[in-house]
Order: sequence, then C-alpha cells, then structure tokens
Amino acid sequence: MDSKQHDRNTGALSPYRVLDLTDEKGFLCGRMLAVMGAEVIKVEPPCGDRARAFPPFYKDDPHPEKSLYYLAYNANKKSITLDIESRDGQDILKRLVKTADFLVESFKPGYMDELGLGYADLSRINPGIIMTSISPFGQTGPYHDYNSSELMCAAMSGHMFITGDPDRPPVHISIPQAYSLGSAEALIATMAAHYYRRQTGEGQHVDVSIREAMIKTTVNTIPMWENKGMITERGGQFWMLRGEKQRVLWPCKDGAVSFGMHGGGFGAKTNRELVKWMDSEGMASDYLKNMDWENLDMETAPQDLYDELSDSIIRFFRTHTKMELSREALARGIMLAPVQTIADISGSQQLEARVFWEDVEYPRLKDTIKYPGAFIKSSESSCRRTAPAPYKGQHNEDIYIRELGITGEDLVILKGAGVI
Amino acid sequence: MSQKALEGVKIADFTWAAAGPLTMSYMAHCGATVVKIESGTRSIGARTFPPPGGEAGMISSIMFSNDNSDKLSITINMKEPKGVEVAKKLIEWADVVAENFRPGTMEKWGLGYEELKEINPSIIMFRSSARGQTGPDAHVAENGITLQSQTGFTYLTGWPDMDYPTPPWGAFTDLTAPALGAVMLIGALDYRARTGKGQCLDLSQFEAGLQYLAPALLDYDVNKKCAGRIGNSSSCGVPHGVYQCSGDDRWCTIAVFNDTEWRALCNVMKKPELIEDQRFATAVSRKKNEQELDNLISDWTMKHAAEEVMTRLQEQGVSSGVVENSYDIMNDPQIKDRKFFKQLEHKKLGAVTHHGVGFTLSKTPCEVQTPGPLLGQHTEYVCKELLGIDEEEFRELADAGALE
Repeated sequence: MDSKQHDRNTGALSPYRVLDLTDEKGFLCGRMLAVMGAEVIKVEPPCGDRARAFPPFYKDDPHPEKSLYYLAYNANKKSITLDIESRDGQDILKRLVKTADFLVESFKPGYMDELGLGYADLSRINPGIIMTSISPFGQTGPYHDYNSSELMCAAMSGHMFITGDPDRPPVHISIPQAYSLGSAEALIATMAAHYYRRQTGEGQHVDVSIREAMIKTTVNTIPMWENKGMITERGGQFWMLRGEKQRVLWPCKDGAVSFGMHGGGFGAKTNRELVKWMDSEGMASDYLKNMDWENLDMETAPQDLYDELSDSIIRFFRTHTKMELSREALARGIMLAPVQTIADISGSQQLEARVFWEDVEYPRLKDTIKYPGAFIKSSESSCRRTAPAPYKGQHNEDIYIRELGITGEDLVILKGAGVI
Repeated sequence: MSQKALEGVKIADFTWAAAGPLTMSYMAHCGATVVKIESGTRSIGARTFPPPGGEAGMISSIMFSNDNSDKLSITINMKEPKGVEVAKKLIEWADVVAENFRPGTMEKWGLGYEELKEINPSIIMFRSSARGQTGPDAHVAENGITLQSQTGFTYLTGWPDMDYPTPPWGAFTDLTAPALGAVMLIGALDYRARTGKGQCLDLSQFEAGLQYLAPALLDYDVNKKCAGRIGNSSSCGVPHGVYQCSGDDRWCTIAVFNDTEWRALCNVMKKPELIEDQRFATAVSRKKNEQELDNLISDWTMKHAAEEVMTRLQEQGVSSGVVENSYDIMNDPQIKDRKFFKQLEHKKLGAVTHHGVGFTLSKTPCEVQTPGPLLGQHTEYVCKELLGIDEEEFRELADAGALE
C-alpha cells in the first residue's frame, strides 16, 4: 500500500488511466505510459493477446505466460480479458471509457468504428478521452487498409533501401524496430493531446502512422535526392553519402568498432588523438602525423587519400580488441564505440554504475528476470520501478467485481458466453 | 488557425547536432515556443551537416532546416559574462531548459541544475547525453553513428553468413531517443502543474535505445542467448523477406503469417499447385524449405514491377511493400494523400521539402510551418519581445559582443 501511495504522488502520470487495446504494433506506447506512472489496463481478447505466442520464450518453453517478447513490452501493465465484438463486451468497455483518460488501439483502421467504439462514439461517453490509433499508414489514404508487417513498414519508410550490402537485398534490423518507433511517435502525440486537454478539458483523436514515424530514420537521404538528385545506395561497411565510399564500420582484432572519420573542426580533435595513440605504439606514418586535419574536407577529399588514411587506421585497429579500443578512446576523447553484442551490453559497467537494470520477480515462474530500467532518470522519481507483466486476465476481478460492481452471477454468465 | 497542443510552453533550447534538436522539434511542431541558443563564433555544428544548399553554403543545410523547423534562433556568446546574463534571462523566462552537451558543459557556464533552480525555482531541466550524466562513461565523446553500435543496433543488422554486420543507415539512436525524451518532458510539465515542482531529467541515449531491444535483453538474462543477425527472416512468418523485382535495384517485401495468406500468395503468383505441395503446405514445412520457396517467389517477382507485386498481394490480404528509395517516398500516393512533406520557402535555400511528424491530432494541428531559422535570425525579437530587453540595453549587449 505504501509503495502504491508513493506512486500516486510522484509518478509523472500517476493520476491517469489508460485502456490499452493494442497488439504488438503499440505495446511500447502503453509500456512507457506505465513507466511514467499511469495505470495501464491491457484489454486482451479472451484467448489472450496473440503476442503471448511470440518468441523468445522463458527457458525456451512456448507457453502463453512465458513469451519474453510479451513480458518485455507489457511490464507494469494490468490485464483484463474482454471480447469487444460482443454486445456485453462493448457495454463494459464503454463503462471503462467513462473513467479512463486514454485509450490506445492498433486495430485495422475503421474496425473500432464498425463496433460502435470509434472516437465519435467514445467521445460522447467521455468528451475528455484521448483515443490514440496506431496503424502502419494512418487512418486515411489509399494504403490505410494494407496488411501490416514490421518488414513492410521498414521497407516503405526508406530505411531499408539504404541499409545492407551493395550485392545483397536491402535488410532491416534483426530485432525489428518499426512498431516500437511507431509506438514512440504515438506517445509524443498522445502526450501533446494530453497537455492540450489540461488547458481545455477537451480530448481528441490521435492518428499515428508507423511508416511515417520511421521515415526520419533516413536522415538526410531525402534532402540529398532533392538537392543533388542523388539516390543514396547501400554501402555495407561504408557510407555512400558522396557517391564515394566512407568507412563507418572498422574491423578490429575480435570484431568491429564504429569510428567516424570526419573532416574539419568536427573531426580534427578525435583524428589527432587517434594518431597520437597510434604513434605511441609505433604505428603512425609521417603522412598521418603531418596531416592537416582542420583543413581536411571529407566532401572534397579524393578517394585515394581517404583510402590511404583508412588503411593505416585499420592496420592499427586490428592489433586491439574492440573493448581495448573503446576504453582507450574514452580516455583520449576519440569518437569510437565498440560494435556491442547483447552480452557485451549486459556486462556494461556504465549501466551497472547507473543502476540501470531492475530485477523483477515472477512468482509464477518462481524466478526473477532482469529488465532494462526506466528510459530516463528524474530528480523527482517520476518513473516507476519495473513491475511484472500481467498474466492473462489477472485483474478481471479487481476491475469487473470490485470496481464495476458486476455480480459473481453475471460474471459467470459473461465467462460462459466467452465475453471475459 | 486553431490552437496548437503545446501552445504556451516555453523552451530555452541549448541542444545541438541531431538527438537534442529532434527532441525539441516534436515540442516545436506541437506549438511550444522553442528558442534555439547558438554560438555565432564557435563551431556551427549541425548547420553544416550535408547536403548544403543554395547560397547559404555551410551556414544552413537542408538537413539543418529539416531538424530545426518551427524554432527561433538567438546567438549568444557564452564566453562573454553579458552573454551568460542573457542566457539567464532566457532561463528565467522558460518552463524548460534543454541541453545535450557533454556532461559538465552547462556547469562550466554556471548553469547546472542547482544554479538554474536559483534563477527559476520550478524549472524543468532536460539533459540528453550519450550515456547519461553519471557513471564512468559519462564524458564519452560520442555521436549517433558510434552510439548505435554501442547500443547493439549495428551488431543486430545484416546476414547470418557474414562475418561483419552492416550498420543501419544513419544514426539510429538519434531516432530512438527523441520521442521518449519529449514525452517525459510533457510528463514533467504535467507533474509541475499538479505539484508546483520542477525537476532535472537525465536521458542517456544508450539507455533509451535499449528500451527498443527489451526482448533480446530478457532472452540473454533468462536463456543466455545472445541475439544475432537473421537478415530479413522471422521466426513467426515464412515466406518472410525481400524479393528482387524487375528493374534496377527494385525490391518488394512479402510476409506470410498463416495458411490463408499462403493460399492467397500462391493464387496471386498463379501457382495454385504450391498450396498443397508437400514442401510448403504447412508452416513447419515452409520453414524447412524456406530457401527453395524464396527462389520460387523470386522467379515470380523478377518478372514484375515492385509496385505491382505490392498492389496485387495487398489486394488479396498479403502483407507486402515496395522497398522505397527517396524518389519513391516523395512520390508515394499515401504520403501525398497524408501531406507528410511540406515545401517551405527558406530565405537562403529557396523552396525546400521538410519532413512532417508521423501523426495527426484531430483538434490541434501540428504541421510544420516555418523552416529552420538562420543563425541568429531571431536574436532581436527574442531579446525585445520575449525577454523585454529595451533598445538601449540591446545595443549595449550587441556592442559588448554578447549576442554573437
């Protein structure tokens, strides 16, 4: 009770309730609202959220309560089951909408309207409700009812075309990012609407396009097209920004590091420091030592100059491990980072020192799982500690009986009818 | 024009490069007044990010204008005591002070959180940095290009049969951090409205990025499995990949997650005999014979334009999308219909296309309205109209070199 009281007072969003009807397209949105202190109630279909079947699984056991995908993105939420396609289910959802502040959904555009649960319907029940709809392309336009996949969203954002090797197909990140980036975009839109509601009391409908949210990952390739008529190509370990190759991934003794060789003021300090270090190990040529880094313009530097610089740097990098390179770079102020695996990250001293990880107890698994902690640190403790993801329907009694006052008898009927 | 969602929110924005400005862009597009504080004498940082354009040369690239639209720019020389005084006036005026320097920079100017509170007791200080304000790596020299490797995105991109990954285009952590940062800022404004208290927010772009890899982090903790590169394949769907289409470097995605979609795919390919083919009839058999299936699909896609593959498959309910390049995106019918891009007239660059945001709000418009400011374009306006500095004092500041 004490910790609950504490949360109520300090969380950035403690006073607010969210009904989370999303599938995997919107998980991160509710997750982060919960981290900021909101009460987030997942409304799952009676058969359970389909992501409960998504890998990876706890101890590789494909049990619906053991999907680590589900557990990762639904921590700190509550769960009720409800068939919103049934009349009873719709009535119950509408009762919940009366006291809710947010409703987030990621169904096909138009689905909620068909059920009589669109924004027009819900805002009649609660004019302050903010309804956030997350979909691949948004609620309108010629592609709005296209079938979704993370791969498709990444492809149509432009990010894939420029990611990958020149002699292979475009590729997306192996832990797909489109839905999470869409969810993050939904968060900011939802919170902007919330701020407006604080001033006016009015809710509104938020329409988020996952693909549009991801277009920004193309950084300057659209300006490059507009300005220079240049379609950026995939370069593998290189960037093809100028139509010439600039190395961004550098092999080393046991893997690779990222190091940006920038010209001018932006790169001069880090380049000079690197050469000093190379020199201390007898690996810097006079050519490197005499380089005028301040006046090196990567935009105009000829490719063979660039290649000569890169070759000597690679020779040096190959004599060190990625962690050796990274430690020394940190000490010398060189802009370099190791290509870390999840295992490397898990052992990070920096994360340890910042008490980033949080152990979360799962009584049903008789185990604790280490979670990434809050995404931001607040001097007012505005983020909550990680709490377990709910099992299916874990809060049915709390919500249906204790809060809505549905009788035990009616609950039996609702269960029998497959509503709950 | 209707009211914007964040109208009235005042931000003194010291951020530079990409991750910080993109965070503040969300606030600016939604209506906050964002005053960008820049140095007119030191490195001009992100203003030089390529491509440059028009006569502005390196002072205002198209990229900079994209990342800083809807903001105001004031130049302040922080080495001049009077410059710091102007910065302090801005802090007094602001609800939020934002910065993404290497930790310690604000303190060097006497503008750490404790000092900010003395100037403005309920100030919200938003600090974004590569790895956070504390810990042994706090002072790391890092940008989004190196940070995406630090955070795991690089290792996790590419093909299982290759020794090295292929870095995701751009600086991925510059995109994973901003929305989360902006969200917490609005959360902090809400908290302040309820309690009267400001706060200091410490965003580590490393830690924010890891939120997006949470399932893999749990998998490692529980199963000691270290996620690897899987190209475009998926454990939930098959076929699931990118297929070459007719034309030069043209590709289309196809993703099938169940038997209904499988049947639809076979019918669109006009190969109904594959539906019940032993090799592909079930999800398990399709996974087992994935390479063979991918080859069969490629034989078909190679004969068609990527747009045609997408349209025909989508009509039958199969997820498919063109792997779009810059030209495709700017000419995409959906993007046009949603008015995602906006042409704005930039004083130096001429007509320039600007990114929108990935959402619409039904009552409060959040479209991009003004291009990124020229360096110091609003110095006089900010001083006089927002800070109430009179003409005489303004001249003194300018003469003292405080506004350079």
